[in-house]
Amino acid sequence: MAARRAWEWLRRNALPIYAGLAVAYMLIPIVVIAIFSFGATPKGKLTFGLDDGFTTEYWRTAFSRPDLNEALFTSLRLAALATVLSTAIGTLMAIALVRHRFRGRGLTNLLIVIPMATPEVVIGASLLSMFIYYSFALGFTSLLIAHVMFSISFVVVVVRSRLIGFDRHLEEAAADLGATPLATFRTVTLPLLAPGILAAALLAFSLSIDDFVISNFNSGTTVTFPLYVYGVSLRGIPVQVNVLATMLFVLIAVAVSLVLWQQRRAERMASVRPEPETAPVPPPAVAAA
Amino acid sequence: MSLRRRSVPYWLLAPGLLWLVVFFVVPMYFMGELALRSGSLTSGYTFDWAWSNFPDSLSGHTEQIGRSFLYAGTATVLALLIAYPLAYAIAFRAGRYKLLLLFAVIAPFFTTYLIRTIAWKTILSDSSPVVGVLQSLSLIPPDGRVLATSGSVIAGLTYNFLPFMILPLYANLERLDLRLIEAAKDLYSSSSQAFLRVTLPLTMPGIVAGVLLTFIPAFGDYVNAQILGGTQQAMIGNVIQSLYLNQRDYPEAAALSFLMMGLILAIVMIYIRFAGTGAFMGDEEEAGA
Repeated sequence: MAARRAWEWLRRNALPIYAGLAVAYMLIPIVVIAIFSFGATPKGKLTFGLDDGFTTEYWRTAFSRPDLNEALFTSLRLAALATVLSTAIGTLMAIALVRHRFRGRGLTNLLIVIPMATPEVVIGASLLSMFIYYSFALGFTSLLIAHVMFSISFVVVVVRSRLIGFDRHLEEAAADLGATPLATFRTVTLPLLAPGILAAALLAFSLSIDDFVISNFNSGTTVTFPLYVYGVSLRGIPVQVNVLATMLFVLIAVAVSLVLWQQRRAERMASVRPEPETAPVPPPAVAAA
Repeated sequence: MSLRRRSVPYWLLAPGLLWLVVFFVVPMYFMGELALRSGSLTSGYTFDWAWSNFPDSLSGHTEQIGRSFLYAGTATVLALLIAYPLAYAIAFRAGRYKLLLLFAVIAPFFTTYLIRTIAWKTILSDSSPVVGVLQSLSLIPPDGRVLATSGSVIAGLTYNFLPFMILPLYANLERLDLRLIEAAKDLYSSSSQAFLRVTLPLTMPGIVAGVLLTFIPAFGDYVNAQILGGTQQAMIGNVIQSLYLNQRDYPEAAALSFLMMGLILAIVMIYIRFAGTGAFMGDEEEAGA
């Protein structure tokens, strides 16, 4: 009887249980990285098991390795610059795509979509081909060019989806109340768009700080955080890498939570109605292109 | 919108279009140019319409090309099997945990891809308890390994690209009109019939988008094969990477990379021909970001 009831319960809740297990699977490496950041391992190398139990030594000495610090600093500087540039450029593109009808829309959409669908190895290789042709010195600048390039498309996608669910009546109301176009943009459009832009910036930042493949092709002698990890991975990774990876994870997770929270609040306040029906249908030009 | 001047959208688009054309489209030209050169690293490579580079680059690496199709294909199927029930559970059964589960799905992106993969290397290493359990269950031979096998590379690819499968599936399922399933049940279809004849066909767009977004990056990936595989698991991305960066056989590397781009472009264009660019830029990003 009890067995049968248990079976019945299991059958009814199979899907949520499965979802829990699947999500746990997705989080395994993150948890492992966090645990290792506390694990004293022989010779400071990453091996399996917490041989000497928990220690906070590596958290206290997180920034004690100059080469690692430098790589992290390079990555942060690169990600910050790439984020500002790609967010600004991508937001303007998204506004043009959602708010304006113009010739070449289909081609523009295509130009934004294709880079997202291109394997990273091809993006890295083609950029390197061009840099080789012009004997362009590889380094921070070539990395910045590449990072802005692959971030733009993602920024456009995020800001665009936000703009589509945007209640235009609010702008019309502002205009009816005598606001100039610029004042309307500054006091109504931008504040409502801000969570979307912030989300896009966050995505660009995490894409940039995470990128290994494209950077590996175009870095020259400049070392970013992922490139540093790759460089030492054959000899054994210092435990501090796990500490910094955990710190970055917490930082980005907190930022994402804040953006999500802010977005929901803004939606409730302005009662922005996401209406997928009003999404502009890609013109037939896309199909023809 | 009060800004009605026809040139406005072009001004908004100009920086982004310029960046994407100069640093994405033009590099493809230089990669093609490089692919048609011949010579050697010491004597330099000169342009002489060396078309033979294309067939040569293919015939020299049939093994790795075959592996890329096999590994990426298997990983895509596995990801679909894991992701579909999960996306379904998040869309219909998660209740107030929906946002939390979505957050967990994108959480892996908050840690560096490379470090995540290295964490899997540790988890699957010979001395790890995971391998011990598999051995005691006789799922692998007593002295069997997990690391440096096709299995470990496929597992890594499946894990790393799983969110790209989950998000479009979720976006599609979320929009599913549940009344259609109720109607099917009212008309005496069983649960499995309702799924096969209503739910599955209606979520086909999400499946196709997810399959593309998983297969394409998995096909070009070389990080998983390099870190989780051994000498017998190299994929096409590994070849391109090592030809470009280690052997510096630029023409052959460029030819191979160009062919890969051609293949991916063909797949994407066929897809866009039927589904439009919307699926890449559309609502699934709203779900993720």
